[in-house]
Amino acid sequence: MYEVRFHGRGGQGAVTAAEILAVAAFSEGKYTQSFPVFGVERRGAPVAAFLRMDDKAIRARYQIYEPDAVIVLDPSLISVVDVSAGVKSDGVIIINTTKHPSDFNFDSKKVVTVDATGIALKNKLGSATNPIVNSTILGAYAKVMEIMGKKGKTGINALLDAVRYKSPAKKEENVAATKEAYETAKV
Amino acid sequence: MSRKIVKGAEAMAIAGKLAKPDVVPAFPITPSTTFPEKMSEYVACGELPNTEFVPVESEHSAMSAAIAASATGARTCTATSSQGLALMHEMLFIAAGMRLPIVLFDANRALSAPLNIWGDQQDSISERDAGWIHFYGENAQEGLDLMLMAFRVAEDKRVLLPTMVGIDGFVLTHTSEPVDVPEQKAVDDFLPQYKAEHCYLDPERPTTVGAFAPPEYYMETRYQLDEAVHSSGPVIDEVFADFEKRFGRKYSKIEYYGDRDAEVVFVAIGSLCGTLKDWIDEHRAKGQKVGLVRIIVYRPFPFKELKAALANAKIVAVVDRSISLGYGGPVFSELAAAFVNDAKRPLFKSFIIGLGGRDIKLNDFENIYNAASADLKAGKVNEKMHWVNINKEML
Repeated sequence: MYEVRFHGRGGQGAVTAAEILAVAAFSEGKYTQSFPVFGVERRGAPVAAFLRMDDKAIRARYQIYEPDAVIVLDPSLISVVDVSAGVKSDGVIIINTTKHPSDFNFDSKKVVTVDATGIALKNKLGSATNPIVNSTILGAYAKVMEIMGKKGKTGINALLDAVRYKSPAKKEENVAATKEAYETAKV
Repeated sequence: MSRKIVKGAEAMAIAGKLAKPDVVPAFPITPSTTFPEKMSEYVACGELPNTEFVPVESEHSAMSAAIAASATGARTCTATSSQGLALMHEMLFIAAGMRLPIVLFDANRALSAPLNIWGDQQDSISERDAGWIHFYGENAQEGLDLMLMAFRVAEDKRVLLPTMVGIDGFVLTHTSEPVDVPEQKAVDDFLPQYKAEHCYLDPERPTTVGAFAPPEYYMETRYQLDEAVHSSGPVIDEVFADFEKRFGRKYSKIEYYGDRDAEVVFVAIGSLCGTLKDWIDEHRAKGQKVGLVRIIVYRPFPFKELKAALANAKIVAVVDRSISLGYGGPVFSELAAAFVNDAKRPLFKSFIIGLGGRDIKLNDFENIYNAASADLKAGKVNEKMHWVNINKEML
């Protein structure tokens, strides 16, 4: 079992990010389960979403309290929500920010940063006040999993197909942004 | 068959679509709304050319319209949740009394007040006396499969009873997971077009159904309805077996999981059983024996199957996700009553869990197991009902 928790704000696409990654993992033969924190989806409010991936059918029905990986879509959440809560000691926290990993300290847990907002805007995803970063940050996730050899590894091609499949509009822009984040993410 | 990732509520709509209903009257309510949304979309997009979608003004009207449609011999289904099912209450009894094979998807949700949109099973368990058949799924796949089977059972001329299929609100309805979607052709073979043979409204052949019954007649109609619900059991088994033959997935009125000779056995309904199975696997890995009986068919109440499954149990931990206020767990009270005249019977202990969407965790089952084991060791049950994971500081 590999468990991922997404932190975002209502309207940023955290739930869709979990679903895209689920589709990618599913297309590679994994069982998946993705769901939001139910009933709190309001634009701008802190939201969380969850993804489980496993080689066998998933039966657990509780929220993810001890994730293997955390994806933070909006860095302003860090002062509001304990994004590192329960992260496993060998876990990883991926943050959308222009800052460097050494600018963060979550009990010395591994931090990876990516300027998903910059990449998304370059690819015309959303606006400066409301960038759509969910597909982009998954590119960084794929790279991190690959380099670190984690069980949550998802092939970049499977991910790009999932991004294309789940994008309601600007399919190729989303794919390009995901690819760029994959190619430029630093671990 | 194709496998795809869908949310539980959409899986129910896919089942509704595969059943090709003639009439779908519905009123939206969280967390069942995906069902009317998708059904109206299928109709609007021409994917269900012979289906009439009726957007009514309330759930009471939804069930009223379903009754009217079904009484003409039309295959009819709808969906609702919580307050919506409660608003249907009087019409649910009428649907059963008129022996109408309506199929209803209930997204199991708490009842107000206070307002709560999240999952528990209070809504449909509160309708247990209405004369409907009740199915409960553990995951989205079971929801879809049980929904298809509900039509076959309900419309069987040996049954002719309305049937509701419950899956837990949000935890199942709004969770995306892989679901095997059967081919339309295979479903058409399993579930041919409904042809009402017995009693239906037809201007060419005037009849009255659901009419007035004074004291000399009413009790016999209730007797027959009760008989009908009880006797649907063998038909349900038959339909489950036929479904397995065609689609490869096995269903039974109850599912036994874990050690058959366990002294401590859980009984529960719905999605929490998935988490409980994970806990049981962890527990068994430590060399301790434990069992679970999951109720899939709640009406007719599976007396025979439950008694056989609990024959070796020393204490039964009944975990209810609803409560009969002023008594206790509904499944607990019914299950205990089912054994009351038996010379040899296990102890029963009542647990209330997960009301209004309270997250149900692995550790909750550890606590239940420990409480039940302590009672077993003491040889008597501490009869105080056990509220799992309740915050005492808020009381």
